[in-house]
Amino acid sequence: MRIHADVGKCQGYGNCAGLDSEHFDLDDDGLVVVRRDSVTAGERDTVAEAVRGCPAEAIWLAGDGD
Amino acid sequence: MAIERVVVVGASVAGIRAAQALRAGGFDGELVVVGAESAAPYDKPPLSKQVLTGESTVAGIGLVRAGDEFDLRLGIAATGLDPASKKIVLADGQPIGYDAAVIATGVRARTLPGVDEDLVRPLRELTDAAALRERLAGGAPVVIVGGGFIGAEVAAAAAAAGCPVTIVEALPALFSRVLGDDVGSLLTACHAAHGVTVLTNATVVAVERLPGDGALVRLADGRTVEAGTIVAGVGCEPNTDWLTGSGLRLGDGVHTDERCAVRGARDVYAIGDVARWWDPAGRVTRRVEHWTNAVEQANLVAHQILRLDRPRPDVTVPYFWSDQYGVKIQMVGRSAPGDTVEVLRCATPAGARRVALYSRAGRFTAAVTFGWPKGSVTARQAWQRGAGAAQVRDTLMKLMKGS
Repeated sequence: MRIHADVGKCQGYGNCAGLDSEHFDLDDDGLVVVRRDSVTAGERDTVAEAVRGCPAEAIWLAGDGD
Repeated sequence: MAIERVVVVGASVAGIRAAQALRAGGFDGELVVVGAESAAPYDKPPLSKQVLTGESTVAGIGLVRAGDEFDLRLGIAATGLDPASKKIVLADGQPIGYDAAVIATGVRARTLPGVDEDLVRPLRELTDAAALRERLAGGAPVVIVGGGFIGAEVAAAAAAAGCPVTIVEALPALFSRVLGDDVGSLLTACHAAHGVTVLTNATVVAVERLPGDGALVRLADGRTVEAGTIVAGVGCEPNTDWLTGSGLRLGDGVHTDERCAVRGARDVYAIGDVARWWDPAGRVTRRVEHWTNAVEQANLVAHQILRLDRPRPDVTVPYFWSDQYGVKIQMVGRSAPGDTVEVLRCATPAGARRVALYSRAGRFTAAVTFGWPKGSVTARQAWQRGAGAAQVRDTLMKLMKGS
């Protein structure tokens, strides 16, 4: 699974980086930056929580082939 | 006992996210989500923001995702819960048994006492937002009673629609209860700069119907304001009436322990706006009406129902946002009266950055950023680490000037 982001949808709420600073950050314009798109099995629940925590639906998890 | 059927009562963000978290965590039993409104589940924060300004449509704020697998029963309210027999009763009289139940029935808008409800509109549900948007398009003067965040967002949307707007606020400044007088005054000035009349220290004593469609709002000090549309933003009350007699501990919300398990019942949880949750750090109960809190509590409860042994933090950082006049206002932490407040400002090529820092005896208590999401998330991470006020100030100063 990898993390995908649509910066065009990002509103800078920051819930992703607040919940999982390993994978997410915001840039100076307040838009999401994926620090690392790979997700280990142990990290998956936390990343899934960050995804459900995005009010703008700007981030999601999908298989490598997607 | 194995958990085979989970019933979630409430189909707003807390309820839907709880159902999604259960499935994401591997729950493959029966999952029923009951919602009193008949509209497909939708997100509420945009109702006073993007839905009013037209930046978002009803279709754009749905909460259910492709692939979500749960039995969604909409347009039917729950009318009772019996923890002894582990059953929830619906308005059609049908009981549903549960192995675990999640109460997520949210809140309803408070009304103005003694005022004809036809004259004063609440803003809580989709139908309220749709009706209000239509009224704003007519351009008639808008009076907003209550200068909290919802009232202020409606004011910003109404001003953007070209309506003359008046906010009537009982306190000396907008938001002064949450943000303190200094920052409250800043925001009050911001509304005034956008042409909104802000009447502070003002309370409504009566609303009279005028000939035609208008109304006259009478204030305690004798002033009057004419209005075409009146919106009440005077707070909310938790939807707990249906639990009267259930034996659950109620009182301005459903009382829970620090992990949202309801007091007085087994395998019953309460999350989101309706939950009065025990905060062990503050040693107080809190009922929090914020989106992020609802989603975090949904995750926490799903984790317990799934009996996952992986530890997870019970609470994270208090956080909410508001959008007014195109500026994102984000608050991290909790301030209290008597906190020291310092406002830092910096002009950058990207625009003005501003943050209000709150502290108490050197301890960092809260930060409110204006149009600076990066500053907000930095403050949030610092709050989580337990950073001191001086350190947070340094970090934000550097970040502010850095780029």
